[in-house]
Amino acid sequence: MAGTGKAHLRDGDAVLRVEDLVMEFPVGRTGLKVNAVSGISLDVLRGETLGLVGESGCGKSTTGRSVMQLPRPTSGSVVFEGQELTALQGGAMREARTRMQMIFQDPISSLNPRRKVRDIVMEPLNIWKRGSSAERAKVVDAVLEDVGIDPQRAAESQPHQFSGGQCQRISIARSLVLDPTLIICDEPVSALDVSVQAQVINLLEELKARYGLTLVFIAHDLAVVKNVSDRVAVMYLGKICEVASSDDLYARPSHPYTKVLIDSIPVPDPMAELHHSDIVGEPPSPVLPPPGCRFNTRCPNADDLCRTDEPQLRDLGGGHFVACHHPLETPVSLTGTVSSN
Amino acid sequence: MSGLQTDARQSTGPLLEITDLKTHFATERGLVRAVDGVTFTLERGKALGVVGESGSGKTVLSRTIMGLLTARGVELSGSVRFAGQEILGLKAKEMRHIWGREMAMIFQDPMSSLNPLMKIGRQIVEPLQIHLDMPSDDAKATAVRLMKDVRIPEAERRLEQYPHELSGGMRQRIMIAIALACGPTMLFADEPTTALDVTVQAQILDLIGEQRRDRNMSVILVTHDLGVVAGHTDEIAVMYGGRLVEKAPTKTLFANMKMPYTKSLLRSIPKLDEPSHTRLATIPGRPPDLVNPPKGCRFAPRCAYARDRCHEEEPVLEVAEHPEHVYRCFYPVGSAEFEERDEQVKAELAREAAAVRAAADQAAADSAHGDVPLAAQLMHGKDI
Repeated sequence: MAGTGKAHLRDGDAVLRVEDLVMEFPVGRTGLKVNAVSGISLDVLRGETLGLVGESGCGKSTTGRSVMQLPRPTSGSVVFEGQELTALQGGAMREARTRMQMIFQDPISSLNPRRKVRDIVMEPLNIWKRGSSAERAKVVDAVLEDVGIDPQRAAESQPHQFSGGQCQRISIARSLVLDPTLIICDEPVSALDVSVQAQVINLLEELKARYGLTLVFIAHDLAVVKNVSDRVAVMYLGKICEVASSDDLYARPSHPYTKVLIDSIPVPDPMAELHHSDIVGEPPSPVLPPPGCRFNTRCPNADDLCRTDEPQLRDLGGGHFVACHHPLETPVSLTGTVSSN
Repeated sequence: MSGLQTDARQSTGPLLEITDLKTHFATERGLVRAVDGVTFTLERGKALGVVGESGSGKTVLSRTIMGLLTARGVELSGSVRFAGQEILGLKAKEMRHIWGREMAMIFQDPMSSLNPLMKIGRQIVEPLQIHLDMPSDDAKATAVRLMKDVRIPEAERRLEQYPHELSGGMRQRIMIAIALACGPTMLFADEPTTALDVTVQAQILDLIGEQRRDRNMSVILVTHDLGVVAGHTDEIAVMYGGRLVEKAPTKTLFANMKMPYTKSLLRSIPKLDEPSHTRLATIPGRPPDLVNPPKGCRFAPRCAYARDRCHEEEPVLEVAEHPEHVYRCFYPVGSAEFEERDEQVKAELAREAAAVRAAADQAAADSAHGDVPLAAQLMHGKDI
């Protein structure tokens, strides 16, 4: 039975709890389907940042979107602040979405180019008719100040008059005015220069503290994800491979795929040993995912068991979970070099 | 044929000598000084990384050298000597003897650089026939060999496929195969892995390095990622605001960075060996407007270490302890002035980090007292 298990789900004040989430898209009229997300389970506790990492096509963005019910998942359950979202309709669904917001990768194309920036940020308040017009203005100006955008300039300017980093700040401001509980950040810094990326990451950390936010941070850059996350889930071809606290995952990757990902990060140090990893090629098509462990076609440790039986997530202790028949036991140092045992 | 002699394999001396190169664009707003007086040389078989933020001029630099910027409104000056021959300002017709056979380029986006309507095989065979006058059977055999060189599985079958049938990583391999087809002595790779996944990125960078060694080819790797250049280049040139601000052999640069800009750029990258939630050092503001670059050092307005002199006078390239290490700064990393400011910079970063932690504690306490940010008050119908 497909499904990578729920051993990693926790008791406690979960803002978001996703169980057995499946998202499939039909391929034309062929009868085939893209298995974008194949039965994953996740939880995010209040005030926590969950990082979702993986290569393109692993289903990390689809997971983020199906949490928002955009579009609705094929099956599975999404419980947000105690409310089952998959059953919500119409007005109730829209109301729930005010408490969960999304920030996208390309900040410029996610802002309406014809409108003034301050109006873009004010729009959610107008739609929901929150407060008087003076109160709305006060909130918008306060939030714009918080993200480092001059409200006066925002009132006079359109998005193209701001840089990419500033547009991302504006998107963040727009997501904050309705006072959400949860923000899903889908590759929010991948389109930015490193210096600007650092500014936006710091800003997200500040705002998370000030506004008491819970974040889901989706990215392919493992170093960025490590910096912002409390807990990280590694995805591969629609499944979760490994879940652990951020520091633990990078210090002790147990899934061969996690290790490959970490080893592939170019380290800004010419003395660091370059890794020529054993895995080659690219992920197989999600239309016909391999049976057994989905990573078996690229895994250096795969055997017959991996090709037939799907591994379930199991507890390695200390909140560290892995879905692998042959998890790595070799301790791995932080620069990724394997120490001999 | 023109009288141009550019058989780079025969000549001696550095492969590429750039002297005071300027690329200016005439626009409605004024003259954009995209590359503004860049000088360097590159030896055969070496890989040079050109690093900088968007708008630093790194892409314009590589395109100028390659002779791709010849439109009206582009003002070129200085000198680009390739294998001893001046090539700056040559017409496309004259450059055609150099493109492909001597110089080739790999672009960032492999999808939009391949012709979507032409089979992969045709696209690799075409430069072989045009530049090397190869008969079509030979060209086809060479194409298959090239595809095997860049590790494309089932090369024969792929010849008949279209670009959309391949993944991003495979398309980038095809781009590399096309670039390598005529055996260039100089390869430009402009952000070759930015559009690719991290596992594929590692494979592509390894592949470029391997082909460079096998063919004794020079490579200019243009990127914004110091991590990419660290492991895959011999030398690094850092660009800022159209200027070369630091250049050194890769190991020397990382061991002994002089330019505060390079240091700040490196510090702003999240590191894997730091615990999560480590506050990142940032560079405030944004790169300068190249129509009106700031007086003095172009980085001064964003530099935490700048003093009065930096805003008045532009530093020239100084030679560091290592003779091949040059930098453009009055108060380089390691100087007493830099270290004094660096204490303050680090203290400020620590203060900010503490403030974030305090804000988190405060928010937790406030929400218990109902004293919450404005947006939240509005939500809960409080008077603000």
